[in-house]
Amino acid sequence: MNAPANDREKDLMGMGMSRLRKEDARFIQGKGNYVDDIKLPDMLHMDIVRSPVAHARIVRINKEAALKVPGVIAVLTAQDLKPLKLHWMPTLAGDVQAVLADEKVHFQMQEVAVVIATDRYAAADGVEAVEVEYEELPVVIDPFEALKPGAPVIREDLAGKSAGAHGERYHHNHIFTWDAGDKAATDAAFASAPITVRQDMHYPRVHPCPLETCGAVASFDPVRGELTTWMTSQAPHIVRTVVSMLSGIPESKVRIISPDIGGGFGNKVGIYPGYVCAIVSSIVLGKPVKWIEDRIENLSSTAFARDYHMTGELAATADGKILALRTNVIADHGAFDACADPTKFPAGMFHIVSGSYDIPSAYCRVDGVYTNTAPGGVAYRCSFRVTEAVYLIERMVDVLAQKLGMDKAAIRSKNFIRREQFPYTSAFGFEYDSGDYQSAMDKVLAAVDYPRLRAEQAQKRADPACPTLMGIGLVTFTEVVGAGPSKICDILGVGMFDSCEIRVHPTGSAIARMGTISQGQGHQTTYAQIIATELGISSEVIQIEEGDTSTAPYGLGTYGSRSTPVAGAAIAMAARKIHAKARKIAAHLLEVSEADLEWEIDRFKLRGNDDRFKTMKDIAWAAYNQPPAGLEPGLEAVHYYDPPNFTFPFGAYLCVVDIDKGTGETSIRRFYALDDCGTRINPMIIEGQIHGGLTEGFAVAMGQLLSFDKQGNIQGNTLMDYFLPTAVETPKWETDFTVTPSPHHPLGAKGVAESPHVGSIPTFTSAMVDAFAHLGVTHFNMPHTAFRMWHQLKAVGLAG
Amino acid sequence: MSKTLVSMTINGRPVEEAVEPRTLLVHFLREKMHLTGAHIGCETSHCGACTVDIDGQSVKSCTHLAVQCEGSEVKTVEGLANAGVLHAVQQGFYQEHGLQCGFCTPGMLMRAYRFLQDNPTPSEEEVRIGMAGNLCRCTGYQNIVKAVLHAADALQHNTVGA
Repeated sequence: MNAPANDREKDLMGMGMSRLRKEDARFIQGKGNYVDDIKLPDMLHMDIVRSPVAHARIVRINKEAALKVPGVIAVLTAQDLKPLKLHWMPTLAGDVQAVLADEKVHFQMQEVAVVIATDRYAAADGVEAVEVEYEELPVVIDPFEALKPGAPVIREDLAGKSAGAHGERYHHNHIFTWDAGDKAATDAAFASAPITVRQDMHYPRVHPCPLETCGAVASFDPVRGELTTWMTSQAPHIVRTVVSMLSGIPESKVRIISPDIGGGFGNKVGIYPGYVCAIVSSIVLGKPVKWIEDRIENLSSTAFARDYHMTGELAATADGKILALRTNVIADHGAFDACADPTKFPAGMFHIVSGSYDIPSAYCRVDGVYTNTAPGGVAYRCSFRVTEAVYLIERMVDVLAQKLGMDKAAIRSKNFIRREQFPYTSAFGFEYDSGDYQSAMDKVLAAVDYPRLRAEQAQKRADPACPTLMGIGLVTFTEVVGAGPSKICDILGVGMFDSCEIRVHPTGSAIARMGTISQGQGHQTTYAQIIATELGISSEVIQIEEGDTSTAPYGLGTYGSRSTPVAGAAIAMAARKIHAKARKIAAHLLEVSEADLEWEIDRFKLRGNDDRFKTMKDIAWAAYNQPPAGLEPGLEAVHYYDPPNFTFPFGAYLCVVDIDKGTGETSIRRFYALDDCGTRINPMIIEGQIHGGLTEGFAVAMGQLLSFDKQGNIQGNTLMDYFLPTAVETPKWETDFTVTPSPHHPLGAKGVAESPHVGSIPTFTSAMVDAFAHLGVTHFNMPHTAFRMWHQLKAVGLAG
Repeated sequence: MSKTLVSMTINGRPVEEAVEPRTLLVHFLREKMHLTGAHIGCETSHCGACTVDIDGQSVKSCTHLAVQCEGSEVKTVEGLANAGVLHAVQQGFYQEHGLQCGFCTPGMLMRAYRFLQDNPTPSEEEVRIGMAGNLCRCTGYQNIVKAVLHAADALQHNTVGA
């Protein structure tokens, strides 16, 4: 037990180590436990009848034929939910969403009825047999059209309501107007600025498309009056609270369990009609009911991402110093505002849009609009609209650089918030915790030999026979993650804290539970690493659990890269409570005062005497065996952490593309990503998060799109068209890092998982547009598919 | 719907079951055999999360009927480890952090298992092409490629179970 300190530290496999994952053993042997793996006695299967049209009155629903299908037990419609007041449900955005369509359908693929049967094949037969008669209504797909005076009324249920959850509504299809910053000062700065630029851009509608779709197994026990529901939820405690309030079942008798989840990516934050219907069906039938959606349903009806129509403006001096930022957004939220956000932020954290730059005056305004499309908006590694914010400012800085004939890197250098300016208060009121942007960008530019790339580009531009266009994309972004301080951040009224409970066993192993829930980010491994270092217990024997509301402490879940900033902090604080008690026990055991003890890796030792010590294992046993007078037996602690601020990780990304002039096909020659998320808990896991996020970014920028035709038919909503890259298309990633810790976080750690998605997308666009920059092109919208690029090439007279 | 008797060998164990002819192999494995490692990620046969090995070939079990497997040898992820010793492909995915949520993993492993028998010493490019029937949302593939190359190396040098 007296091994050298270095060896003992290594044995802990704690903070900073690329330890292999504790989760892997079960997953590589097919022993994960995902929702659809669950099988309960007498379990029934539910399937959903969906609307074939985007906007129509429901004239009649005929269940008769379906009820005759062998195996079909029941068919439920809005009529069956009405007595329970569950035909509509509240959303995280303060609006309501139809659970089953009552008088009309608002988007194609909307839930109209459910069929419960003995197995999923019979349920599918039953769905085919339900007859629904529709009377079609005019469809609104374009949010600008939706705001016109004579536009069709999408939400008749809101008739006469001139105010919504987020203030006044000026039109029947208007949801909210939200703004931030100083409008007068910004307008004044624009009025007098020597240089101004303006650019319209659309951040297209895409979808997080986790490989496992959404699903649930609801099991109401009529004897005990208890409801247990396994579901694909990124926020099971919030779901429990909501389900209790809606169902009237006391929260203590509602148990929500998020088992292993096959990826979430923001798709599994909210409550979908399928969950509600499975729960109601189970209550009505007194048997477990399973609902598992298929891919087309997932892509068509669950939370989409983005769909921001943005206008950006920058005011600047002639030498490129930015004086002001103004931005105006029309946000397409679909038929119901179910956008997952802290209650007071209907446009999320979009006001991080001033980016990594010291901009004196800024103003942003977002108008949310209803259309005949599925609800959503916040999802897919967006950190609550930070994707859109970063895209806007980074595009605008490029546009300004182009207008001034300045180098992309030089203009960023000129405007960066300097290292010594942190904590820095932005024009929108965010207090950025820490950063060193210049060093990060310099490291990237050196790594890729930026001057040489520019020289090569100049050479290629000079050669009309060159078969490709070369583009260089550069993005220097600032994220905001770790929602958040309860003064400003809440989900349906619950402050956005998070929590951890650690219990050390008599023999020195430990169990710990948190209020977050992993969907693959490696919490079972990394949380144990934090505790290992704090308490000197090997991460191997620290068992981490999340997702069961009957055992884990209340937390707000995992999204917005908030796990490390909030739960990570709670873990450290809970461990430190245990550590403080352990010190008291050690002092008692060694018969010295606490002040004479020093902590070394896994033990308290008498200062200056290596031979007199008590290890955490000794202390754990003593806590149960002979607790000192005045101390409770046992060794455990709980901490609920209300963060004082968000964390603000940052990154510098560079991408080189070569576009074939003949076909418009793009090859990603190089992508270099530097991320700084402060103290790094497990570099191996961070790198995996970066690879995954960059791949999503590649997909969004280069191919993904959910679009609608004039009739409101959703297009490309299966993997036949919806672009998910395989290993062949996915570029090779180069990653790098610097370390600028968060001063307010107990570990100095910032969130990171969404950074690669947030940062990479504008990097791809930056590179693609850069390929055309010498031809006067300032912007074109995503996705940058070969077809669209070919049109772009034609537009500038290059395509054959 | 009337049922058909089907017999096959799954992970070396003979099984016999009456199934509806329309029953997809993936549902047969997951629901009748309780082998829930193989997953379902789509309904257009793209994702490969349901990949299993049938008579020496990688097959997407969502696009195969259980009754078509009459007399077949089927291997699933649950049959990869041998007496508690992980197969080289499993060890490779673990060592190289080739999985995160684990949902694509069983299909990836079954594909890698077959791919490395078809091409024991692949280049990185060949791995990417050879695994292109399998989608992953978490890893960005880079560590999966490393995992497969790691397994190839281990199998060549006979350092782990096969």
